[in-house]
Amino acid sequence: MSKVLMKGNEALGEAAIRAGCVHFFGYPITPQTEVPEYLVKRLPEVGGAFVQAESEVAAINMVYGAAGVGIKCMTSSSSPGISLMAEGMSYLAACELPCVVINIMRAGPGLGGILPSQSDYFQATRGHGHGDYELIVLAPASVQEAVDLMTLAFELTEKYRNPVMVCADGMIGQMMEPVEFSGKGRGEPYKENDWELTGNKGRPRRIVNSLFLAPEQLFQHNIHLKEKYDRIHRDEMRWELYGGETPYDLLVVAFGTMARICKTAIDEVRREGLRVALFRPITLNPFPTTACREAMDAMGESGRVLTVEMNMGQMVHDVRYAAAESRRVEFYGTAGGIVPSPDQVADEIRGRIARRTESHSERVRELMPDAIWMGTGLCAEAQGDGVPCAGTDGTCDTCGKALPAGGQAASRAL
Amino acid sequence: MNTEPALLTDTEVLMAGFGGQGTLLAGKVLAQASMELGRAVSWLPSYGPEMRGGTANVIVCIASRPIGSPLIERPRALIVMNLPSLEKFAPKVKPGGVIIVNQSLIDRDPQRDDCRVIKVPSRELAEEAGSARAANFVMLGAYIGATDTVPEDAIERAIAVEFEGDKEKFVAPSVAAFRAGVEAGRQSTH
Repeated sequence: MSKVLMKGNEALGEAAIRAGCVHFFGYPITPQTEVPEYLVKRLPEVGGAFVQAESEVAAINMVYGAAGVGIKCMTSSSSPGISLMAEGMSYLAACELPCVVINIMRAGPGLGGILPSQSDYFQATRGHGHGDYELIVLAPASVQEAVDLMTLAFELTEKYRNPVMVCADGMIGQMMEPVEFSGKGRGEPYKENDWELTGNKGRPRRIVNSLFLAPEQLFQHNIHLKEKYDRIHRDEMRWELYGGETPYDLLVVAFGTMARICKTAIDEVRREGLRVALFRPITLNPFPTTACREAMDAMGESGRVLTVEMNMGQMVHDVRYAAAESRRVEFYGTAGGIVPSPDQVADEIRGRIARRTESHSERVRELMPDAIWMGTGLCAEAQGDGVPCAGTDGTCDTCGKALPAGGQAASRAL
Repeated sequence: MNTEPALLTDTEVLMAGFGGQGTLLAGKVLAQASMELGRAVSWLPSYGPEMRGGTANVIVCIASRPIGSPLIERPRALIVMNLPSLEKFAPKVKPGGVIIVNQSLIDRDPQRDDCRVIKVPSRELAEEAGSARAANFVMLGAYIGATDTVPEDAIERAIAVEFEGDKEKFVAPSVAAFRAGVEAGRQSTH
């Protein structure tokens, strides 16, 4: 099959069709609206149905209902809309129903803005609804990968009977790139269907339910779900190591759009002789912790880690968890829809490498000559996150050196 | 494997103008044509507040290997349809780059001695070619004529793909406008 030039959002829609999705329920919101716009045309062509719900809350509950009767279905939204779907996702996970949810992330919090962002990392991997449940979260870095992961999303949601989120950002959604759809033909309905509510004539009744008033029963249900999540964490981690075939002293960790921008930056600094590699989680949940740690350990003790995100520092916590005190994990990020350019990332990489030889207080002065100093009493060296902070009495709590005039511990350097 | 793509240089083209001038569409045709030649391409439109203010722009990257960042701060080429876009983007073009200026709407010079500047009366040429609305293809043609980034016939095929079906009537005037642009681009180069 030859390549076609498609917008990320439309390609996601087409990939869903080819995966066998027959029902879509959603509500418009920038920058994901081309997903429903594409599917409203395509679904009737394949005998499916498209419903524009009255709200995101309604949309996710329509997904809940359709999934309950065994329909291959999905929804799509962008950050604030996903927040509204949180409750429904908890119910879907609790009832072990399969569905795919697309989040084309935009800048938050609140209504925020419509430009690309990665600030829903916490929401995708931790947050959304209540209770002990998880989503499988897949993060594409190109339009082609969006298509491939959409196909995988429907496979995984069927395999584990758990909602799967494809988590991209406004840039992936809006940009066009060549894509190739595999020639496998249209996906089948779900094969394992012993849970579908289809009317119990001639068979024992089935129940789709998330209410367990007896604590022992609910505990058992949670244990059952946990076993499933453990299997997912064991078997479904996916990642890419870029530039890892040659030795490196700095490991950049980034996902999605940010990862491909980092690739360009890394190509640039490698031409200057800097030894840098990229670790790119493809599954945000399960986070590829072991592989990330191995990529760090390949550097030896002095190797540093820089996490780059289009947010104020979210995935960096998982990277630090992977590092487990073994080394510093620094952070660079932007928010509000500002996408760092490859040049900015390259400068950041050069700075981090150069900084190794500088004292802490020199770095504080350099980074924040006019910074607002506040008394948090924390030190970056202690936190290990590269954010220059210091003590409350004008000297750094860790290294004891003097801070700029009137210095108290610093706020974040941005 | 086709060896042709390796002969072509990698580039980034920023096309900018008012919404409705067809900058995004002309960019798509350029991306489509390059893709058909086996090249890696990306087409990244603005969709933020600036678009709502009436300007639309798109960055097309064309490369012989997978494209890292589709977001380019300093493009090698700028095709600019209106004054606000010229003021905003002309300073960002890489030294040695090329700037195609829509002379029908812009009476100012980009003031870039370090770039090739080509002024094209796009509306007049488009009208002569049969459709004033095809000024975007005149501009794209001027860029191709001045740089030979993509062979002309590849662009013409991509125009045909873009207007397949019930929009087929737009193919002929668009191609005619494109050819007029190519001619203008060639003349200003030699």
